[in-house]
Amino acid sequence: MTNPIRDLIEKVREINRKYAKPRIKMSRPVRIALLGLRFYLIFLLILLLYKFILAVR
Amino acid sequence: MTVRLGAITKRGHAEAIFDAFGSSWGWFSLLDLTLTDFLTIITEFIGMTAAMSIFGIPPIITVVVVIGLIMSMVISGRYWTWEKIVLAFCALNLIYVPAVFLINPPIHAIATGFIPSFPYGLTNNVFFFIMANIGTTIAPWMIFFQQSSVVDKGLQEKDIKFSRWDTALGAVFTVVCAVSCIIVFATLLPGANIGDAAAGILKILPINRYVGTAVAIGLFDAGLLGAVCISLASSWAWGEVFGWPHSLNHNFKAAPGFYLFRLAILAGAGIIVLIPGAPLVLITLFVQVIAVTLLPAALTFLLLLLNEKEVVGKYKINKLQNIIAVIIIGIIIVLSTLYAMSAIFPNLFA
Repeated sequence: MTNPIRDLIEKVREINRKYAKPRIKMSRPVRIALLGLRFYLIFLLILLLYKFILAVR
Repeated sequence: MTVRLGAITKRGHAEAIFDAFGSSWGWFSLLDLTLTDFLTIITEFIGMTAAMSIFGIPPIITVVVVIGLIMSMVISGRYWTWEKIVLAFCALNLIYVPAVFLINPPIHAIATGFIPSFPYGLTNNVFFFIMANIGTTIAPWMIFFQQSSVVDKGLQEKDIKFSRWDTALGAVFTVVCAVSCIIVFATLLPGANIGDAAAGILKILPINRYVGTAVAIGLFDAGLLGAVCISLASSWAWGEVFGWPHSLNHNFKAAPGFYLFRLAILAGAGIIVLIPGAPLVLITLFVQVIAVTLLPAALTFLLLLLNEKEVVGKYKINKLQNIIAVIIIGIIIVLSTLYAMSAIFPNLFA
């Protein structure tokens, strides 16, 4: 008898193994773009947290 | 850009992100896309149920019939059959054009109405409308949808030039529909304060029954096309990443995971719309905020992938195309982010 949750976790692990190493060449522009994206997402997260705190108050 | 990438790599956008940027960026894109799509489908159902309620059809009937219709479009298990049906619904969206001829507005009023004029200057309100137009017109699911559909359709390198025309033609038709819709509302309800499209239609119906009916059909049709494409964007993405058979050329038996996922996302969104007192306004707000977390990432990944010779070979974009793409992407990111911020902080541009 298969367990769907266990199967799903195993599948996710398999996907993580398959795509563990990024194939794209990590040149300077790529690194800058990905760093910029991270900062952008952190900025949005802080904005949402700020809004949440304001709403709770 | 998505056509080029799909036709050459034979991979959807979700799979391309996993492969090129690793699993962490891949999961972020896949889960954000799914959440954005789910919330957007809810807003499509809101539009469809509102349009059908004008004809006295209860929301539950609309939701059930729409889901049945969308799922039956793929019953043949052939991409071409599905595409022909969808193109017929796209043609129906041109119903706004005869509606314009029915009200016969003065040509000079149309001509002068479309010349940008700012009698009160570039106010916060004007800026907000520009942002809202861009923020609601360009969505991340479109990138995923187009690339996956190119792969599913089996387009080759030789088809790229035709697809370019296809995309341009689609953009022109979209603008024709939007312009016709603006003309109808501006002519019949000049300066009226309208909360949403359905409220506008209710005001038009007593003025001109035929035009009101045409606009209601157009609103329903737009929601239907949105639900068809958005649910497919997510289903294709999950199929690509999880390795399920995920083609419209497969019937239900051959691709059960792909079709069940699509059914689940449609049914889930439909049920939420039917819940009495569901926070639909909050959901509409959230769509913008969550979409804007994915859009810059999806656009940046697209640009980076098209700069990789290993990925696209001779189709790598040149310096001029890069400059143009960076400028366009930059403007979209800034405006859509400001629009999302205005959704979080409503008084920001007041």
